[in-house]
Amino acid sequence: MRQVWRTDSGGNGIDRDKTIYFNFNQFRLEGYLGDTVASALLASGTRLVGRSFKYHRPRGVFGIGSEEPNALLHIGEGARRTPNVRATVQELYQDLKAESQNHWPSLQFDLGAAVGVAGALFPAGFYYKTFIGSPKRWLYYEKHIRRMAGLGEPPVEADPDHYAHRHAHCDLLIAGGGPAGLAAALAAGRAGAQVILVDEGVALGGNLLLAPQQIDGEPGEAWAAQAAAELDALPNVRVMTRTTLAGSYEHNFFTLVERLTDHLAAPDAHRPRQRFWTVRAGDAIFAAGAIERPIAFANNDRPGVMLLSAVRGYLARYGVLAGKTAVLFANNDSVYNTARELQAAGMRIEAVVDSRQAMSEAAAAAKADGFHVLIGHAVVGARGMRSVRGAEIARIDAAGKVKGVANVVYCDLIAVSGGWNPAVHLHAQSKGQMAFRDDLAAFVPQSAGAPYQSAGACAGVYDLASCLQQGFAAGAVAARALGYDAEEPLAPPVEADNVGNAPPIWAIEAPKGARLFVDFQNDVTTKDIGLAHRENYVSVEHLKRYTTLGMGTDQGKTSNVAGLAMMAAKRGEAIPAVGTTTFRPPFTPFPFNAMAGGHQGEIGHPVRRTAAHEWHAANGGVWTDASGWARPMYYATEGMTPQERINQEVLAVRETVGVVDVSTLGKLDIQGRDAAAFLDRVYTNTWSTLKVGRGRYGIMLREDGRIFDDGVTMRLGEDHFHMTTTTNHSGAVFQFLEYLLQVVWPELKVFVTPVTEQWFTAAVSGPNARALLADLAPDLDVSNEAFPMMAVREAEISGIPVRIFRISFSGEMAFEINVDADYGLAVWNKILEVGSAHDLRTYGTEAMGTLRIEKGHFTHAEADGRVAPDDLGLAKMVSAKKDSIGKRSLSLPALTEYGRLQLVGVIASEGASIPIGSQIGASDDLDAPQEILGHVTSHAYSATLGRHIGLALVKNGRDMLGRHLYAVSPVMGESTAIELVPSCFYDPDGGKQRG
Amino acid sequence: MLIPCPWCGPRPEDEFTFGEDASAVPPADPASLSDQEWTDYLYFRDNPKGDHKEFWFHRASCHHWFILERNTVTHVIAASYPPGGPVTEVEQ
Repeated sequence: MRQVWRTDSGGNGIDRDKTIYFNFNQFRLEGYLGDTVASALLASGTRLVGRSFKYHRPRGVFGIGSEEPNALLHIGEGARRTPNVRATVQELYQDLKAESQNHWPSLQFDLGAAVGVAGALFPAGFYYKTFIGSPKRWLYYEKHIRRMAGLGEPPVEADPDHYAHRHAHCDLLIAGGGPAGLAAALAAGRAGAQVILVDEGVALGGNLLLAPQQIDGEPGEAWAAQAAAELDALPNVRVMTRTTLAGSYEHNFFTLVERLTDHLAAPDAHRPRQRFWTVRAGDAIFAAGAIERPIAFANNDRPGVMLLSAVRGYLARYGVLAGKTAVLFANNDSVYNTARELQAAGMRIEAVVDSRQAMSEAAAAAKADGFHVLIGHAVVGARGMRSVRGAEIARIDAAGKVKGVANVVYCDLIAVSGGWNPAVHLHAQSKGQMAFRDDLAAFVPQSAGAPYQSAGACAGVYDLASCLQQGFAAGAVAARALGYDAEEPLAPPVEADNVGNAPPIWAIEAPKGARLFVDFQNDVTTKDIGLAHRENYVSVEHLKRYTTLGMGTDQGKTSNVAGLAMMAAKRGEAIPAVGTTTFRPPFTPFPFNAMAGGHQGEIGHPVRRTAAHEWHAANGGVWTDASGWARPMYYATEGMTPQERINQEVLAVRETVGVVDVSTLGKLDIQGRDAAAFLDRVYTNTWSTLKVGRGRYGIMLREDGRIFDDGVTMRLGEDHFHMTTTTNHSGAVFQFLEYLLQVVWPELKVFVTPVTEQWFTAAVSGPNARALLADLAPDLDVSNEAFPMMAVREAEISGIPVRIFRISFSGEMAFEINVDADYGLAVWNKILEVGSAHDLRTYGTEAMGTLRIEKGHFTHAEADGRVAPDDLGLAKMVSAKKDSIGKRSLSLPALTEYGRLQLVGVIASEGASIPIGSQIGASDDLDAPQEILGHVTSHAYSATLGRHIGLALVKNGRDMLGRHLYAVSPVMGESTAIELVPSCFYDPDGGKQRG
Repeated sequence: MLIPCPWCGPRPEDEFTFGEDASAVPPADPASLSDQEWTDYLYFRDNPKGDHKEFWFHRASCHHWFILERNTVTHVIAASYPPGGPVTEVEQ
């Protein structure tokens, strides 16, 4: 389609020699290199570009930059299709594929909008009111709501692009490459400061590229180009365009998102699509500009109602007329220069509607030049459906009340300016305070106490001369504070807009039933704000959540201030008394993948590998994650189901011998004169009496008396212990012990060193374990007398020194062989080699878990942070003779009262299994409410017993043994009969492990 | 945040683990406390909007616990020092 709305010349951002063809829905359109999708759509006369979030109303391009609330499109195809891309920032490339969103069956004819169903749905507080009674309603309505309300659809395929992370340090980070930002960068860059200047646009210049102005006798864009060239030539300045300062945090920390390939038709496959930067800067200057604000009137969301500065910018930057016949509506003098520029380019200006009661000089001059200037008037409504067809204009009084009847002026464009809101986002994100300036009717950054300074329009300075001056000053001041000898350049003379005064006008009164949109993206109207106020959602944070004002992907850039001003008026208070909602990063949306960078999939986080990792991998190990460690769950074997293989592994331990890699258990080396005394205070039982060469099982409590961790600790010397912790808590235990030693008992002379990674540990267990060990370490006396339970011995296997603990988790005769991790694989292989004569089999965490359930040993599934020693039948583990961490809490009523959950075993009937997520109850009815008596904490099929068994925490469990109850899992929709039994299912007197 | 470890100097926040309110001193003899006093110590902490004294652990480096005086609103750090002092003011 021809570019019928393109001017014959002009447009500082486009190259008219390079025509680009692209697709919008079923249409093949053309534009020029340098266009955005929005400017190219406007150039082809396309007004309708999408349907709105809730009401499916036709919407068109509204703004020109990242503030755009309406023109959100799908860009790209297949796995590269990105939803909710703002057409105003997406650069055009050859064969770009753009599609509109949220309509059915088509953009031109939307059924939801046609029958008006969407209009009846979704008033403010819809979700609050509709789903407050029965949650089941949500289950019923969810799919309909999801179809009706929404924006773009994400692709279902994995993202084929890759993303990169970079870190940078600099002296000064400057956000925004408009006049103030450029001036700041020049002042600091010339002084030699390391500067990073970022701008979200393609070229530096900011508003100089969008509004014709003169600096030093030349066009603003030429001055910007010279400044950019000078900065480019400075080796200490890095200029980053197509880069958004996404987040501004305390202590000089910032995140940037750099878009590298989103503007290219065929990017190099090796280039990352986007780069996520983290920057630590000596200081920062925000020069993020200001966002023009609309004025609400009836049907102000029609395609063809646009921001005045956007209309001006489309002409200046892209040579595009956003309409043929326009009504301009403003509360400030920027409208008069704009009117002249548009008229000169061929647009017919039907009327300039000025809401102010007094005629300004600029207005008088325009009137003298023949413009149809209407002072003290307002546009009260837009005519037309899929495009503006006319504007209803009426006289208003100083209070904004409509006086008299409206006249209709036919036009296809209504350009609106209600003044500006400084882009205070970055200032506010970094916890800077805001002040309300009545003369601007806007929040501005409060510089006192703020971590970073703002300059230019984002500081509430709207005239070009002051923007430049403030930028130069800010850059020089920052550079000097950083130790550079900076001069403040003299600001050059300028010829630019005089905005004049801009008394705020938020919404024009409209007849009942009319819709005046405040937040276009989320379809929030003035009526919704009124409803929120009537229903007492009067705080701005409540207003936001109740109406969804400002909750879209644009975060209310064009709507928040208007919304809260309206709420302030309803409350009869001043705007600053109402306040703003919290500004949170990011400034504009970006893909999660950019933040994830390379940390995805298999390399999402580093995997901790034991020394035998490669062996497990090569021998069918099926991995599970345990605190970042890769552990084999079982070893897959051809012709066997996983359960069959697990049964085989369990039975090998019970009948012959098995070996499992337990290197992941936490290990702490504890040394020092007071080591034993320290353990006495940490563990509930006594350690000072333990003989060298022997070990003990210990539990440690939190101060509140709940079990924190457990494990076996061996005394290697008078002042030397080797502590084992659970895999999950090894880091937390270390941290806790350090806290006790450094903060609570600094007088104790003890060193704790984490040595988990330094040791490889293999546990051999089963009736043949002793014979196997005798073959492995021929010099070691493995007899019961020489090497009893809970003893530690030094030995050698194939000449490699090892430390062997005689401890058992499985309930069988067992030894844990510890060796320097570098020799781990060699020892593991030796164990397997020697083990073949003893019918040795490797086993994984599933078999290990089954064996421990059979023995009734607890893990973190049982000791879940709420459980005290007596709950697990371990009251005897708490020494009465001494104090230890948490002991004081054990006598608190909450821990001693009758009715606590206690550990028991549960056993299902022959052939029945225990459902996942089971509660324990007296009835097997899955639907009827019943008293929950407890829950199953872990369960498994026990090949040893031929039954499904589990451990459970049950109210007064020890008094309930023998009871027949039900394991009920409403989540799985299953239940089964169980019997409560003692928690140890296998060899309760421990004869087997003692040998 | 950039946290000034008294031993390692300023380091990024993700090297550290927050411990707890440093104004809650563990009682020397818990057994001598009434249930009320003990549970007050166990469970009751102020949650100030403003200045806060807290324990941090330099997990990814020196393994030291130290006290940080931090403003919970602005994250301005006033001081950072080992338990038991000496207090070192942080230059702003």
